[in-house]
Amino acid sequence: MKNIQGEVWVFAEQEEGKLSDVPFELLGKARELASKLGVKVGAVLMGSGVEALAKPLFEAGADVVHMIDDPALKVYRNKAYRHAMVELVKEVNPQIVIFGATHMGRDIAPSVASALRCGLTADCTDLQIGDYEDKKTKETFTNVLHQIRPAFGGNIIATIVNARNWPQMATVREGVMKPLAREEGRKGELVKHSAHLDGVEIPVEVVEIVRKVSSVNLKGSRIIVCGGAGVGSKENFRLLHDLAGVLGGAVGGSRAAVDLGYCEHERQIGQTGVTVRPALMISCGVSGAVQHLAGMQDSAKIIAINTDKDAPIFKVAHYGIVGDLNVVIPKLIKAIRAKGE
Amino acid sequence: MNGYTCVVCVKQVPDTKKVTGQAMKADGTINRAALPAIFNPEDKNALEAALSVKERYGGRVVAIAMGLPAATAVLREALACGADEAVLVTDRKAAGSDTLATSYILSQAVKKFNPDLVFCGRQAIDGDTAQTGPQIGEKLDCAVVTYLEKLDLDGNVAIATRDIGTGVETCRAKLPALFTVTEKFGELRPYEMRRVMKYKNAAPTILDCAAIGCEDDRCGFAGSPTSVNKIESVVLAGGEFKEVAATDEGIGGLVAELIKDHTIG
Repeated sequence: MKNIQGEVWVFAEQEEGKLSDVPFELLGKARELASKLGVKVGAVLMGSGVEALAKPLFEAGADVVHMIDDPALKVYRNKAYRHAMVELVKEVNPQIVIFGATHMGRDIAPSVASALRCGLTADCTDLQIGDYEDKKTKETFTNVLHQIRPAFGGNIIATIVNARNWPQMATVREGVMKPLAREEGRKGELVKHSAHLDGVEIPVEVVEIVRKVSSVNLKGSRIIVCGGAGVGSKENFRLLHDLAGVLGGAVGGSRAAVDLGYCEHERQIGQTGVTVRPALMISCGVSGAVQHLAGMQDSAKIIAINTDKDAPIFKVAHYGIVGDLNVVIPKLIKAIRAKGE
Repeated sequence: MNGYTCVVCVKQVPDTKKVTGQAMKADGTINRAALPAIFNPEDKNALEAALSVKERYGGRVVAIAMGLPAATAVLREALACGADEAVLVTDRKAAGSDTLATSYILSQAVKKFNPDLVFCGRQAIDGDTAQTGPQIGEKLDCAVVTYLEKLDLDGNVAIATRDIGTGVETCRAKLPALFTVTEKFGELRPYEMRRVMKYKNAAPTILDCAAIGCEDDRCGFAGSPTSVNKIESVVLAGGEFKEVAATDEGIGGLVAELIKDHTIG
């Protein structure tokens, strides 16, 4: 059922009682969408013993927190979360539901969409409210969600709409939306709901979770040095670490660099890796495949170093150095050290 | 019990890594004909998962593809690698299916085989949505385990290791179960030459939507809630650009500029 008064929802992903970054990013976007539509922003908080997490969600922009607190939801499991979410959507009838395109989001969102038989667009990089005309039936729809995403390996940008079967659902890439500044003391309405899990068999039991201790924090870095296939070897990649070291930055890699084994998978920047927007991106030996550019072109300043003067990376760069990175990087390090003294 | 029945869903996709100038039409859409059609990479990992179950515990592997008759090519590849049976779901009614309609049609085909385990690649490289697998699982109403990296079986329970992004989870899933498989599961075994020869002209079992009991209004355009409003080719941003000489002076000047505007330092 189309509910034009329906709220704009954000799935507030949490693990072990800690909210991940992505709901905060999504709440920023949800506020923008909701104010265009003149409706409230709701956050869906699911878990066990998670009531304390409502406060940060209000402070990040939620008007309503729909909470389902149930021991069966302590650890994420597809069937339990899917079932609880589907019941909640049926009960409250939001018009838009946004999930982070995380592992959890990409597990629950399609399951919920399938159960509700509504549309879902994956990995959006932007969401807007706009009109849509169905060219076949000549019907026009006002105030629908335009779901914008790269497709075809990042070579095209598609705008998808889901004009008829609401709620309109999308997953959004991590790091793409900007969180609002935290508004301390901002209050909202906490609504408690049942998980409706009595008599529902959950066929999966989680035995163990080993958390990754990540030493790489690309999203949080002001300065990133990123290498591509042009770096040439794992040994040469050490130069990038040296440069990042003198700048206090992090090291990332293109998909090609990761595939070639020059750097670890968790360092991958691009459509299939992390999206970053640092104050400074130093791109070394990266040709600039569209799928990579999609994950870094919003960096405030981009310096590109490449031997090929026609490499696409120069089209998004602010500074271009045509040259061998094995020569250029040591010069950069030297210059930075000299200015620091 | 005579081993496990495994179904693996495979897709033939245009090789999006090979998109070049010629593959883009003037209106910004993709000229699919200019791209080689390949076996979706992660569906190969899914096939490997199914074949490894058959090898370790016994049973059989059915490969199902949905698409045009040309998709027979990937089914022959699956047979050459060890699949026992190949099924092609092909029907005009399926044209224009988004992930919801696709998962409906595939789930109807999968049900015909009453499998213990269903494997899908995590995602296909032409859409990168990772939606079809979990949506098939929801429709089968079975256990859904995404991002599978490792799998053991103990009777009617799967002991699965999966990537959850923030770590690695081990879970026990009651069969029947659907798994989406990532490249971390391991590469697809090589073809057996003997099987390549045997199946090079093999015809898969052809099923249309009616044969698998699909309701028409849940297939193709009619069954797809999403529509594409607009397609644009990617335009590179291109702001102010300054070329810096790869010399000590050039680079020194650049660093001075970055310090001056507080980007570094």
